[in-house]
Amino acid sequence: MNRFKFLWNIAIRDSRKNRSKLLLFMSSIILGVAALVAINSFNYNLRKEINKEAATLLGADLSATSNRPMDSTMMNILDSLPGEKAREMEMMSMSYIPKTDETQFVRLKALEGDYPFYGKIKTIPSEAAQTYKTGRSALVDESLMLQHGLREGDSIKVGKTTFEIKGKLSGAIGSVGAMSSVAPVIYINMSDIDSTGLIQPGSLINYSYYFKVPSSLNMDDWKAKRKTQFRSDNVRLETIEDRKENLNRAFSFLNYFLNLVAIVALLLGCLGVASSVLIYVKSKTNSIALLRCLGMKPWDAFLVYFIQITFLGTIGVLIGIGFGVIIQSALPVLMADFLPVSIQMAVSPRAILEGLIVGISVTTLFSLIPLISIRNISPLRTLRLSLDETSDQRDWLKMGLYIAIILVLTIYLWVLTSSILAALGFVVGIVISYLLLSGFAFLVIKILKNSIPSSAGFVVKQGLSNLFRPDNQTQTIMVTLGMGTAVLTTLLILQSILLNNVSLMDSGKQPNMILYGIETNQMTELKSLTESYKLPILQQVPVVTMKIDGWKGKSKAQWLADSTMTAERWAVNREARVTYRDTISEDETLVEGSLKRYRNASDSIFVSLGTTFAEALDVKVGDEIVFNVQGTRMVTYVGSLREIEFRNLSTRFFIVFPNGILEQAPQFQVLVTKTPDNATMANYRGAVVKAFPNVSVIDLTTILQSVNDILKKVSFIIQFMAIFSLLTGLIVLISSLTLSKYQRLKESILLRTIGASRAQIIKINATEYTFLGVLSALTGVGIALIASFILTKVQLKLDFDISWWIVMSILFGLVLITVVIGMFNSRDVVSNPPLEVLRKENG
Amino acid sequence: MSPILEVENLIMSYQSGSKTLTVLQDINIVIHEGETVAITGPSGSGKTTLMGLCAALDNPTSGDIKLLGNAVKPLSEDQRAQLRNKFIGFIFQNFQLLPSLTALENVMLPLELQGIKGAEEDAKKLLERVGLKDRMTHYPTQLSGGEQQRVALARAFINKPKILFADEPTGNLDGDTGATVESLMFDLNKDFGTTLIIVTHNPELAAKTGRTIQLKSGHVVADVKNIVQNTAN
Repeated sequence: MNRFKFLWNIAIRDSRKNRSKLLLFMSSIILGVAALVAINSFNYNLRKEINKEAATLLGADLSATSNRPMDSTMMNILDSLPGEKAREMEMMSMSYIPKTDETQFVRLKALEGDYPFYGKIKTIPSEAAQTYKTGRSALVDESLMLQHGLREGDSIKVGKTTFEIKGKLSGAIGSVGAMSSVAPVIYINMSDIDSTGLIQPGSLINYSYYFKVPSSLNMDDWKAKRKTQFRSDNVRLETIEDRKENLNRAFSFLNYFLNLVAIVALLLGCLGVASSVLIYVKSKTNSIALLRCLGMKPWDAFLVYFIQITFLGTIGVLIGIGFGVIIQSALPVLMADFLPVSIQMAVSPRAILEGLIVGISVTTLFSLIPLISIRNISPLRTLRLSLDETSDQRDWLKMGLYIAIILVLTIYLWVLTSSILAALGFVVGIVISYLLLSGFAFLVIKILKNSIPSSAGFVVKQGLSNLFRPDNQTQTIMVTLGMGTAVLTTLLILQSILLNNVSLMDSGKQPNMILYGIETNQMTELKSLTESYKLPILQQVPVVTMKIDGWKGKSKAQWLADSTMTAERWAVNREARVTYRDTISEDETLVEGSLKRYRNASDSIFVSLGTTFAEALDVKVGDEIVFNVQGTRMVTYVGSLREIEFRNLSTRFFIVFPNGILEQAPQFQVLVTKTPDNATMANYRGAVVKAFPNVSVIDLTTILQSVNDILKKVSFIIQFMAIFSLLTGLIVLISSLTLSKYQRLKESILLRTIGASRAQIIKINATEYTFLGVLSALTGVGIALIASFILTKVQLKLDFDISWWIVMSILFGLVLITVVIGMFNSRDVVSNPPLEVLRKENG
Repeated sequence: MSPILEVENLIMSYQSGSKTLTVLQDINIVIHEGETVAITGPSGSGKTTLMGLCAALDNPTSGDIKLLGNAVKPLSEDQRAQLRNKFIGFIFQNFQLLPSLTALENVMLPLELQGIKGAEEDAKKLLERVGLKDRMTHYPTQLSGGEQQRVALARAFINKPKILFADEPTGNLDGDTGATVESLMFDLNKDFGTTLIIVTHNPELAAKTGRTIQLKSGHVVADVKNIVQNTAN
């Protein structure tokens, strides 16, 4: 106990004139832990709210949803449920606003019954949630009303029917704000849906049934028994528990992203911890040597500084937790548009505990790397300042520490991502980056040593030589700086790729408008309307809906009962929208077989499948597929496979029949065109909606604007969160450069003493820091390019189309910051007399 | 008097690239309790290396050193630290005070390391003895070179060392200040009955000791008793 008291006293005494030197260390911890606690707190609160609000988010004990009317067998089963029942039909449609003579893409919901049974439809005025059920009335999304200056009592036309607006819809059930900005919601009565004329064969409609059952009935058990039967008929059942799971799964992407930011901030914080403690230990070497000389045992000397660092580290962690709690209250506000529930600003004990444990363990481990070298500081340094303590012997303790760090990181990432593979992948990525960076630094030092031209001036030679002289920090700086750059650049590149890919969809001659659900007899008139606006008809396609009855010699029911079925359910159960033609479209490439024509009734029918669909159904060229074309069984064979490009807006079909078979089947038409500007688009869209109320107009420009708005919001969140990483990155940069300051300080003072001018010292330092900045930035950006290329191609499956100006800005900016911080660090040397600087540094 | 330091067949060499640089060659010295010895020689003759080895700060390439009857070579780092802490005092050319500790705390340090209570009283007495009664709470940067070396002297004697190693103790001081420090060092040495080993270039300082060992190129070239004795000795 006495020994500890003594060590504690020494630790406190020793630190009192040096606490400012540990400011970088504290800042690294505070930022890293603050990010971790804020993000985890937010995540846990989100999960808690979702679990709490799941019943009101579903609005019922059970929902049954299908993209076609349910057959009588299914309906009988559902009708046998005791309790209350409600029905909803949902579709996308264009609406017309007479007050402003404008059109608007909307999500139309027709309701019957007292749905929601839990929670309520939030309206202004509140009674509108009931009054809209009488007469031809509607509830209209708040954003739509605001956008078009609509008030209660105004009207809106959907399809052929005009509805009176009874109130503003301030919260639809289970919807997410950002989604409603793509297509605002309108609620109408089920009894009015037929009058709109929007219900036609082939219309894209979702049919939902909602049930409130007595609490004695366990809906999860009920569902488990009937799940397969409903699934085979393409009916999706959802209970409150399912909704919880689905929402948590849907937000797992947000979780992953936020976790990634937290990990990045934490890792950069760790680098900051390691390099700032290294600086501290270096500045303390003489004191440590003296303590050793006076008889302090090696491990006691280590403990003195370990106590200091752990004590301050714990304070840093606690401050970080405090900041984290404050910041987490800002996250729900930032993300309000993306969340299905409003999040209470509650302190999450779990997040705080995790912050405390992870913060202290990671801080301890990373600071131990420089700290354990204290035990090797020789007391002989008191006699010889230039003592070389490098040893050929491997420091097994240090190796053990590296392994412990990797283990702790892996375990933490495992807990965070719930996936050992993801955790290992991340850790392996970090280790590879580290090896790449230190390997490159080693190579640079090696090359520099032998390649500085003798003709180079003194200043350049001196500046470059600093990079490989004894005790150089080139490798450390390149690793820390490069790692920080790699992480931040990857984030920025991915963000720009996502935005680029979206805006590409609306460029050049790409179609930007699809007219859907056109009745065959409306086509001639619609074409002439389109031509009157001088718009090109880029595609005119017939669409027939059908289901799959069987494939490869077995019926669908047989396959579904077969546990060895390899086909994916989405492919099996979908209501297929099929076209017929004998040619390949511009967006397609034939990869196998050929498009076989159908000449007469004795010919077999060869269909062409999209490769994705063929893989999902697990069929090859030559395999049999049986379709049910609105009651008629049709045996076909796979004749060819097509690779379909999904880049732009146009019609694409997984299944294409040859001409001559489906012409007489009930069908509707699709027309694709390109409008040159927003004004023409608005006028044309208005004319179509007025003349053909049943036709759905999908307008890419409006959708893209909405998507851009969403992405802007996402970008803002990314940038907000990236501030953590940027700040910690900056601290790492300052720490790394301060490391080199200690190496260069005495050298610069000596140069000043023997007559070097200020300008020469500045130029020498500028040369060194510019070279360091360029090399680190190049390596970091190189790694970021490789990482983002892999992520873009493998994970996002997008084109690697990056904005090079971002890369160039990062390169240039980083070099500039490196030089500025480097020069700022050495300002003392150039602006003060040498002796004054020495005295200050030694004090 | 019994030997306090025995150096036998001592060789010290360093690896410099592919070459081996021998700094000390076959050194044999015996120093007895209470002796005052100066180790002199030109720069690079191996004086400081010899002192570092004798004070158990480093390991020789070969040969043996016995300090206070204990062979140094087999001792662990912890045991050496304990040996230094209990029985050895140090004075350095560049004072070597801990910058973040006050004068008093610097002096107390060796006793605190031993876990001895009442270190503060002893330290205060010693600081008073070296004339720094009013400077006890000052930090090293607030003291002059001479004052810093006087603090170092107080620290060196606080553990009542058996043997004191001084590396150019007046090398960084002007003539008058150096003389004051010298005088204090010899006085304290006499009071505490310490064996004193001084590494110095200064022949006048060397002459004040009882014996001079002269090194040249790593060899002992002379080991003589000084005829003129310092009055303090």
